[in-house]
Amino acid sequence: VSACPDKELLLHGLLDGELDAANTLSFEAHLGECAACAAEFKRLQALRSRLRIPGVAFEAPAALRARIAAVVGTEALGRATDSAGVVVLDRDVRVASRDAATGGLAVTAADRQVRVVDESASPAVSTLAGRATVGSKPGMRAGVPAGARSSGLQRGRKPLFAWAWAGSVTALAASLAFVLFVHVPRSNITDELVAGHVRSLLASHLVDVVTSDRHVVKPWFAGKVDFAPPVLELTDQGFPLVGGRLDYIHGRVVAAVVYRRRQHIINVFVWPAGAGPALAGTARHDGYNVASWSQGGLDLWAVSDVDPADLQQLRAAFVTAQAPRTPE
Amino acid sequence: MDGASLGRQFEDLFLPHLNAAYSLARFIARDPVAADDIVQESFLRAFRSFEKYRGGDAKTWLLSIVRNCSFDWSKSSRRAAGVTTDAGPAGHAGSPMLPADGDSPGEAFGDALGRWIPNPDELGDITQDSPETAVLRQSEIDEVRAMIRRLPEPFRETLVLRELEELSYKQIAEITGVPIGTVMSRLARARQMLTQELEHVR
Repeated sequence: VSACPDKELLLHGLLDGELDAANTLSFEAHLGECAACAAEFKRLQALRSRLRIPGVAFEAPAALRARIAAVVGTEALGRATDSAGVVVLDRDVRVASRDAATGGLAVTAADRQVRVVDESASPAVSTLAGRATVGSKPGMRAGVPAGARSSGLQRGRKPLFAWAWAGSVTALAASLAFVLFVHVPRSNITDELVAGHVRSLLASHLVDVVTSDRHVVKPWFAGKVDFAPPVLELTDQGFPLVGGRLDYIHGRVVAAVVYRRRQHIINVFVWPAGAGPALAGTARHDGYNVASWSQGGLDLWAVSDVDPADLQQLRAAFVTAQAPRTPE
Repeated sequence: MDGASLGRQFEDLFLPHLNAAYSLARFIARDPVAADDIVQESFLRAFRSFEKYRGGDAKTWLLSIVRNCSFDWSKSSRRAAGVTTDAGPAGHAGSPMLPADGDSPGEAFGDALGRWIPNPDELGDITQDSPETAVLRQSEIDEVRAMIRRLPEPFRETLVLRELEELSYKQIAEITGVPIGTVMSRLARARQMLTQELEHVR
């Protein structure tokens, strides 16, 4: 097409700014003389401006972004636990607390202002919310769980594509689910809890206070929330205590007590009864199990990817431990 | 280094290139559902070989993984297409804008859905425009995308990397694993096909 076939690549090189100074100069001189090459260059410029109208490149859906953050977070956590079990997890957790310490300003600010948070929308709200979502990305809440689990990628390390095209029906279902996902405003409490759980697994913010000693965790909460979350020692029942954290659920600061079950993390979110929606029982949500119950004037929500039976066992352990109501 | 800080470092380096990764996967696979899977798989592969990453251009490194994943997917979906015969609806669900060749059922479904429910992801920020401008703009975007989609590989990926991701010849050569000369000739060929198509339309 080019008038001077030997100069075709130079034409593109000039358009792409890939020619060195000498070639640029000499070729520009050629364009001044050769009308055909000049016309071809104009055509290429026109094509470029057409191709580069804004919006042609695709943008990743928010749900995908969240899924990737979750998958990578899980993988990172898995890496830590796989290699040396509990010990490494502890180290992992200490990193989290060190991070919390680097954000020391936010921590102390939160310490002092939690009560204000409850009364009005003070700047502390955003501080806390910001801290609670450390490591998460915009759009996190929109669909964290969307496929973090259902993809099964991070668990069974099977090649993706074996199942990806099981059938076009699956594809249709998936794209439908995606469209609906985005359109339905998701303010469901289990969404928020699962999102909080996944956020905590992003490995940068699992716990604020790291200890397996409930006598440390309990007083730590005392200065930060206006209720006393039950912090139980359940190692005997197979739920070692990992630590405690503040989270931000349903518009208020809540306590999260973190336990471990084998290699899985369980977040137990706690807030005063009546402060949020209640749902006694269990639910399955995007591959996560959620169990909730009330005791001692508090609502408790356990979220994890462990078996529902494990959550039931945890709930039973909580309820029985509370029953005698021994003063702490 | 432990998992937590490794994960954080990884995210800082590669999440900024998520859009580029997704866009490349969309244009290679021509299928929105597959692009999701491809990108997720790519990030996972990238993370698993992150320890082998020795600095260098993060975008180039990530996109070369995305590209490999995309072609793995194309291969396996072609294989699957031979086995699964119930990909039927694709044939008549295809919009006239789409070429009948190579486009997988997913894209057809995606576009079919798009006609009833606008995909907010693709509408992007055009909600700020007046409805008329928005429609015009979107149809212009759709035309350009369709034009690119009709390009055969390897010209399509080369053009996308150059015009949409604005990568240098050297970066494109690294991603696609060919010499710079090959990148140049592919790019020239891709543009030639596009200008010819444009002149045909006019």
